[in-house]
Amino acid sequence: MKTTLSFGDITRQLAVSLRLLPITVVICSGLYTVIILLAGQVVPYSSSGSLIRSEKGEVVGSDLIGQQFKQPKYFWPRPSAVSWNAASAGASNISPASLAMRQKTEKLLPPFALKKGEKIPADLVTASGSGLDPHISFAAARFQVPRVAQARGLSIDQVMAVINSPGSGKSSIPLLNESVINVLQLNRSLDRLQK
Amino acid sequence: MLLLFVLVLIVPALLSWPLGFAMTRLIDPAKESGYGRWTAGILRKTGGEAVVEEQEWKRYLISMMIFNVAMFAFAAIVLALQQWLPLNPDKTGPLETSLIFNTVASFVTNTNLQHYSGEAAMSYFSQVFGLMWLQFVSAATGIAVLAALARALGGKKTVGNFYSDLLRTTFFVLLPLALFVALLLVAGGVPMTMEGAAIAHTLEHATQTIARGPVAAMEAIKQLGTNGGGWFGPNSAHPFENPSFFTNILECICIVLIPMATVWMFGRITGRMRDAVVIFSVMMALLVLKAGAAVWLESAPAAALSSLPVEVVSNLEGKELRFGSGAGALWAAVTTATSNGSVNCMHDSLNPLTGLVPLVGMWLNVVFGGVGVGLINMFVFIIVGVFICGMMVGRTPEYFGRKVETPEMTLALLTLLVHPALILGGTALFAATPLGAATVGNPGAHGFTEILYEFSSSAANNGSGFAGLGNSSIPWNIATGIVMLLARYIPIILPLAIAGSLAAKKPVPVTAGTFRTDTLLFGIIILGSVVFISALLFLPVAVLGPVADHLTAIIH
Repeated sequence: MKTTLSFGDITRQLAVSLRLLPITVVICSGLYTVIILLAGQVVPYSSSGSLIRSEKGEVVGSDLIGQQFKQPKYFWPRPSAVSWNAASAGASNISPASLAMRQKTEKLLPPFALKKGEKIPADLVTASGSGLDPHISFAAARFQVPRVAQARGLSIDQVMAVINSPGSGKSSIPLLNESVINVLQLNRSLDRLQK
Repeated sequence: MLLLFVLVLIVPALLSWPLGFAMTRLIDPAKESGYGRWTAGILRKTGGEAVVEEQEWKRYLISMMIFNVAMFAFAAIVLALQQWLPLNPDKTGPLETSLIFNTVASFVTNTNLQHYSGEAAMSYFSQVFGLMWLQFVSAATGIAVLAALARALGGKKTVGNFYSDLLRTTFFVLLPLALFVALLLVAGGVPMTMEGAAIAHTLEHATQTIARGPVAAMEAIKQLGTNGGGWFGPNSAHPFENPSFFTNILECICIVLIPMATVWMFGRITGRMRDAVVIFSVMMALLVLKAGAAVWLESAPAAALSSLPVEVVSNLEGKELRFGSGAGALWAAVTTATSNGSVNCMHDSLNPLTGLVPLVGMWLNVVFGGVGVGLINMFVFIIVGVFICGMMVGRTPEYFGRKVETPEMTLALLTLLVHPALILGGTALFAATPLGAATVGNPGAHGFTEILYEFSSSAANNGSGFAGLGNSSIPWNIATGIVMLLARYIPIILPLAIAGSLAAKKPVPVTAGTFRTDTLLFGIIILGSVVFISALLFLPVAVLGPVADHLTAIIH
């Protein structure tokens, strides 16, 4: 046990640190990463980003990542502060008690053509945390049914049937009495129906 | 909602007990045990006698500082050279110098404040070999130092060996846990690929570039080691970092698991489990209080939407739907109680009063806190609590059978003052000048809160942010970089000096007059010292920021 500290002592300690450091790098960054990469090969679909392909094999998006929809025949996602840029995700970071928030919301309302006394589900006018939220609430889907049905020449019941059918993106959140709908999956189901 | 609470707060509390036991055995093994001899043998082979010899506290700290300087240098080189290094499928360019300084300071100090957006600014090599590596070794540094502090308080003259502690913690505690969690995350849908961004042609015929990477590996250690620096800019709000309700619960549990377990480790190494129970209870009470307040305050709708034709539900700005309502506020409370700093919703868009909860967490910085260092912060409050009690009964205060006298109190008060000095000083400078005032993302009191939050997060080594702040400027990079470094090392060095000084004293025999530190009464006293000292220091800025923001909210 030494208590004095000399220059030589410090250089010796530095040498020890420099010998141990690469070992930690090789194991923590190298070995650890490789093991998980190999494990990921067991689930190639999700480990490569849950990419969804068209019948021609072309990537149309990711099951986990929201994308823009603005045509009336599609269900629309939640607003995105980054225009659904999945290479640089982000949020509005606006204070929910600010004038800017109110003005932003007022600008989002007109495309929905609200009738007098009608209220829009809040998730359709609030930007998500990532700007890539793939989901809307069940209420937000039901709210858009009349527009989608009209644009597609379907009845409201037919569109509701798609929403409620398995494989169309509906899932319920455990423990909480809430359900959400994956917008991309729902819109693909509608396109498949009308091919 | 209540079940969510139980899952996220009670489950890790239960798991922390066996983990604390295992951590003690793995980090502080008995010399003659099979594991102890086996690891000592390997350690001696890799680094010689210097890696296993017993160190007294000063020498331990010097080893710690030298290794941390080496960590800083290596990561800085990796980041500075990223445009020429391999594993860069998206051809990410060079980083600005002050951003390199800030980022490396941030990850070396276990803060993980991010003045960049990972998917846009960092190559895979930088993320895996620079930042993720630091997430392991910076967390291990914090846990190692706590082990040393506990040994000193347990009455040992030597406090172990830093390199032994660091390597045992990294390889036998953090690595297996991270591996386990990463595999669960892969099963839960988190990407793990070395391929570059995917190009998608969307249903409406637009092109979408989807950034990916070996996300699961980083995600696990990011959550476990109170790091918090995510692969993507929006952190765990990003669907690739946190794809579902289940991954959200898992990640949230990982935030508090090790910080909780370190309390039991402290109790076992010092041989004072009753004290550990008292400390754990105080921390748990504060955590439940914070989490409850956040969830309740955030269930209010966004004030700006009142009287607009929008359905009245809890505030959804900056939140993701798949975690369920309440999950964002709950995470915000947990991530700032510990010094994790990952987020699953945007703190800048929390309701004004909810935003106060993470701030309070970072101001206290002892509610489990950063791995290892959270308990070290609490130790300082305990010393103050002991001192106050001693003064009240007119006896020389004692802790763990050692007299607490002037030198220890001087160091304790100095440590206590570093935290508010960095937060309030930095906020004052940046709020009063264009350095900060010109960079806020929201006007008025909310903008002031953005500046206050940035310095609180840096000084608490937390790393979360009010992300509307334009913090990628050179002054912000330098100022918060310096704050993070000072706020990391001073509150490690001074408390260890206190413990070393206590350990050097003759033990005082326990008598009927000894003030006990393992009782409910003492629990209330440390709770009081934490709450009252912090309230006196931070109430004025709380009023200027979130409270004023709440009172001036536009309500039509």
